Amino acid sequence: MKVLVAVKRVVDYNVKVRVKSDGSGVDTAGVKMSMNPFDEIAVEEAVRLKEKGAATEIVAFSAGVAACQETLRTALAIGADRGVLVSTEAELQPLAVAKLLKALVDKEQPGLVILGKQAIDDDSNQTAQMLAALLGWGQATFASRVELDGDKARVTREVDGGLETLELALPLVVSTDLRLNEPRYVTLPNIMKAKKKPLDTLSPEDLGVDVAPRLKTLKVAEPPKRGAGVKVPDVATLVAKLKNEAKVI
Amino acid sequence: MSALVIAEHDNQAVKAATLNTVAAAAACGGEVHVLVAGHGCAGAAQAAARIAGVSKVLCVDAPALADALAENLAAQIVALAPAYSHILAPATASGKNVMPRVAALLDVMQVSDIIHVLAPDTFDRPIYAGNAIATVQSADKVKVITVRTTGFDPVAAEGGSAAVENVQAAADSGKSRLVGREQTKSERPELGGAKIVVSGGRGLGSKENFEAVMTPLADKLGAALGASRAAVDAGYAPNDWQVGQTGKIVAPQLYVAVGISGAIQHLAGMKDSKVIVAINKDEEAPIFGVADYGLVADLFTAVPEMVGAL
Repeated sequence: MKVLVAVKRVVDYNVKVRVKSDGSGVDTAGVKMSMNPFDEIAVEEAVRLKEKGAATEIVAFSAGVAACQETLRTALAIGADRGVLVSTEAELQPLAVAKLLKALVDKEQPGLVILGKQAIDDDSNQTAQMLAALLGWGQATFASRVELDGDKARVTREVDGGLETLELALPLVVSTDLRLNEPRYVTLPNIMKAKKKPLDTLSPEDLGVDVAPRLKTLKVAEPPKRGAGVKVPDVATLVAKLKNEAKVI
Repeated sequence: MSALVIAEHDNQAVKAATLNTVAAAAACGGEVHVLVAGHGCAGAAQAAARIAGVSKVLCVDAPALADALAENLAAQIVALAPAYSHILAPATASGKNVMPRVAALLDVMQVSDIIHVLAPDTFDRPIYAGNAIATVQSADKVKVITVRTTGFDPVAAEGGSAAVENVQAAADSGKSRLVGREQTKSERPELGGAKIVVSGGRGLGSKENFEAVMTPLADKLGAALGASRAAVDAGYAPNDWQVGQTGKIVAPQLYVAVGISGAIQHLAGMKDSKVIVAINKDEEAPIFGVADYGLVADLFTAVPEMVGAL
C-alpha cells in the first residue's frame, strides 16, 4: 500500500513571532523555518508503517514557495521515498491545499493519507478533514494510535475527556496528534541519501486546481498585552492578595 | 439570514460550550437555530429549547448519529445547510473534527476558532499560538465557523422557549464505527468551563509528586486540574489535561501555574485568564511575564503552605 504524507514549512516553533508594524502580517523574513511538528509525526508514522511491512512506498507532499523543497528533503531524510512539491507563490489556505492533495491522491492512488492535525502558523486544523470530505473517504483525526488490519484500520483518537477508538475502512485520511509517536532525528548519512531521492515539482495548474484564497486577511494585530504583574514575597501575601485585591477566591 | 449552531451534548443535557457558541451565533445577526443530532437525544433537544435566544431546535434522532462520527454528522449538517447563512460549532474536539468536513462539502473555507464577530462576514481569530490576531473576511456564501468558547460569554441556559422540530436523518455512511471509549474519570469541574484552574508542569518531577502536591490545592479551591505539555509528555498527568495551543484553551477567573516555565505553546492556552498566579523557583521563567502575582519559591514548600492558608 502506498502512503501519502503532507508536510508544511512553517516558522520554527521556538521562534517568538513579531507582527509587522503595518498590520499586513507576521514578519517571516530571515526567521528560522522548519517542518510543522505535527507533520514530522505524520512522516514518522508512515515510515514505521513501512518498517512493519504495512506500507510499500511513501510519497511526501508539500505546497508553497520553492523553499518548501527543504521541508520535503527533511521528510525524505526521515524515510519517505520520493517527494512532490506543488510550487506556487500564492497564499494557500486549507481548502486549496486539500484540493491539491485530492488531485494528487487521484493520480497516485494511495491507500492512506497522513497529515498533521494542525499547522502551528495558521492554527486552522482543517486540511485533513477537508481532504477526507473531498475524497468521500473516512477520517480519523487527532490520532494517538494507528493499527492497520487488511482493508481496515483501528485508530485511537484524542477527544475531550479521554480517548475513543474507531474502526474505519481503507482508504482513509488520518491526522496526527502529539502522542502518536516520537519522530526520529535525521542523521547525516540519511540527509545525504535524501538528496538523491526523486523530487517532482508541479504547479497548481498542472493539477487543475484553483488556489485563490477564500478568506481575505484584513489585518494582523498584536494580541492585547497584559498589565505588568507583581512579585509577592511569600504565600501569606499571595493568598491575602487573591482574597482581598483580586477577589478570585 | 439565520445561523445554525451544532449543539454539543450527551443526549440528555447540552454541554456548556454550546452556550458560548449560541452567543457567537447571535452576534452574527438573525435567528439562531440549534441542531441536536444524536440517538435518544430528546432530553438534549428539550434542554436546547430552553437556551435564551434560540428560536428553533432541530432534533435528529438516529442510531447512526449516536457517536457523532464525522462522516455521518457532516452529511446531516450539509443536508440542512441551504437554509442558513452561518453554521457554527464550538472549537472542541468534536467541532474541530466535523466542521472542516462540512465546509469542504459545501466548497467553502472554514473560519477556525473565532474570538470576535466584527460583522456577519468578518471575524477575529488567533494565529501563531495566539501571538497574533488576524481579522479575516469571508466571501463564501455560507460561513462555516468554529468558536473559541473562551472568547464569548455564554448565554443563559434557561429562559428560552423554542419549538422543537424533528428532522429526517441522513443515511449512515458506513465508513466508520466507534469500537471503544475511555473516559478519564474526574469528579472535579471540567477543565474548559472551570472558574479556577490549577496547572502543574515539569517542575513537579513525577506523577506521584503531581498528585501529592496538586490534588490538595485543586480540592481546596474547587478547581480543575491542568498540566503543561512537558508534564503530560513525562506521564505526570493524562493528556486531556493539557493546556496549550494543541491542548485545551482555558480562560478561568483564576489560573495557578505551578512549576511551569511558560513556553509560548502553554501561554497560548491560558493567557486570557482573568488572574494568573505563577509559582516557580526560577525567577527568570517566562511565566512571570504574564502572571499578575508571581511567587519565586520552591513549589514543594509553597503549595502545601498555600493549601494550609486557604
